[in-house]
Amino acid sequence: MAREMMYGEAIAAAIMEEMDRDPNVVFYGQNLAMTERDPFLRKFGKRRVRIAPISETAEMGVAVGAAMTGLRPIVELWMSEFMLVAFDELINEAPRLRYMSGGQVKVPLVFKAGYGFAAGWAGQHSNCVYHTMMGVPGLKIALPSTAADAKGLMAAAIRDDNPVVYLHHYMLTLDKGLVPEGAFVIPFGVAAVKRQGTDVTIVATGWMVKKSLAAAEMLAEQGISAEVIDPRTLTPLDVETILKSVQKTGRLVLVDQATRHASAAAIIAAEMAEHGLKALKAPVKMVTALDTSIPFSEPLESYVLPNEEKIVVAVKSVVTKQAATV
Amino acid sequence: MAEKKALTKDQLIWMYTQMARIREFETRVKRTFVEHPGVIRGHTHLGDGAEATIVGALATREKNDLAMPSYRCHGYPLVLGTSPRKMMAEIYGRRDGLCGGFGGSMHLADPEHHFPGTSGIIGQAITHATGAALTAQVKGTGQIVYCFFGDGSTKQGAFFESLNLAAVWKLPIVYILENNHYQAYTHVSLEDANYIAGDPLSKKAEAFSIPGVTVDGTDPLKVYAVVLKAAERARSGKGPSLIEAKFHRLSAHGNAITVPPVPTQFPEHEAVEVYGRKSEFAAAVKNDPIPRFRATLARKGILKPADAKKISEKTQAEMEDAVQFALASPTPAGAEAVKHVYA
Repeated sequence: MAREMMYGEAIAAAIMEEMDRDPNVVFYGQNLAMTERDPFLRKFGKRRVRIAPISETAEMGVAVGAAMTGLRPIVELWMSEFMLVAFDELINEAPRLRYMSGGQVKVPLVFKAGYGFAAGWAGQHSNCVYHTMMGVPGLKIALPSTAADAKGLMAAAIRDDNPVVYLHHYMLTLDKGLVPEGAFVIPFGVAAVKRQGTDVTIVATGWMVKKSLAAAEMLAEQGISAEVIDPRTLTPLDVETILKSVQKTGRLVLVDQATRHASAAAIIAAEMAEHGLKALKAPVKMVTALDTSIPFSEPLESYVLPNEEKIVVAVKSVVTKQAATV
Repeated sequence: MAEKKALTKDQLIWMYTQMARIREFETRVKRTFVEHPGVIRGHTHLGDGAEATIVGALATREKNDLAMPSYRCHGYPLVLGTSPRKMMAEIYGRRDGLCGGFGGSMHLADPEHHFPGTSGIIGQAITHATGAALTAQVKGTGQIVYCFFGDGSTKQGAFFESLNLAAVWKLPIVYILENNHYQAYTHVSLEDANYIAGDPLSKKAEAFSIPGVTVDGTDPLKVYAVVLKAAERARSGKGPSLIEAKFHRLSAHGNAITVPPVPTQFPEHEAVEVYGRKSEFAAAVKNDPIPRFRATLARKGILKPADAKKISEKTQAEMEDAVQFALASPTPAGAEAVKHVYA
């Protein structure tokens, strides 16, 4: 059975169901469960659902210690940039303690935050900072792009025995989609082919999946068949599914809301350069944010971010005959 | 409660024995730098001088309580029952080490013995210990957490944020501030606002409206008394306390930072090496907690010289065995390195 719900609701549903399933899951963060009316508080009580002071280092560090000793904390951090306040806990504590202990401890926790808020939040609240977490051994990163994925990846994140950064895209919060009811877990490291196509492979994450699907519609009207793939988790990264698609289409466009050199796109491009070069009929094209901070005013903000038109232009540049001979 | 907990003769002898074991272990680690140059890599930090604080605090412990210190972490697991063989092998980077050679001196972990793990980053382990106290509270295990850290750590946000959060959530934890007067190489007078104002460092507790007590960290019985009170408070759901235990460490912050192939050694203590305060360090050595406690117990007729000698011999044999075990243990195979990244 599936039910239509919003992306944001789907995340809450997953947390609710997993907390119901496992008494070791606790949920806390700033401005969370402030009144008795809070549904989590009503269902699970003050022991497991807590309001935290504005103390990211303690919030995240306490989660690490709690995870080491048997809980499965979910920390609501609201915005991915707030995690930078506790960079040590994110990069140098949570993912390293298991390894340093020679596998004796595990650190099962979820750092949950929104990102990419392209709605006038300016330079410090709308960036994509996942590049700082990619390639950190011991850490996993999930970026859901649909309501169903939002639920399934949150359930997987909570059940995972490792620290997981779960980044939901603010611009998708109200988007509706069909979401399976009851236990629904999407395994990490399995990309989703969001649209089948034969001429070009587009790889995108988060909000960019929506934009890439819209671009694929526009391209279809012009006779170009685009396949759209969402890796869904950046660590682990499903290189295999992307490679298979590239072997079919021979062309690859990478769409990423992050700045060019700090993007997941750059990592995927490197993997394709090593493993997919023979399949490529044209150079890999990256459609990313421009190398600026995110500006406040709307025309400035739109200018620096990828959009449907930029994706269409990029795809056309690799499917033309000239591109094939580059 | 405190009456019921009055220390028995056996407990006092146990305390002395644990202090002697820590000292002998640290002495053997330090001697390794001279006797087996190159065997210990990286940075090693010793707890000699802290024995009275470590043992006095942990003597108040009940069966399943946890201890979570900083990277200066050798003393605590010895008291909790961790094998000195495995500890020494870990410090030597050997396959039979506590963490299989993945952690080393700064990252000892032995969850089976109530020692969940340590962080090498100053102050951060305070948050982890606070999290362990959250686990105890949520699960209702009745455990409390003994969180140890140095004076340097108290200048970190992790310290302030953790104490506030633990006070708000009334977590079952005792924060034990080991004021050994030197943050790595910098004297406390150069970096602590309370110290500069002539106040004890335990004054920091006032910021969180929790009890803050300063105690002579060279006397295990005094440490025991104040920690017992704080432990009872934690156990009864009233939340955290901050205890400042004052002492001097008797070795330098760590071995000298040298670049291979130059072997590393322990330098003189910072008091002498950096600040030229020879008399200060001489006083600390004179005030060594171990002979002092031995004399106290002798005066009370609890520990006869012959018994003290026996403890000393047994301890030396135990730590010599640990060294020999560690030296004989093979290094891990390189390909092991890809294990343990993910659970």
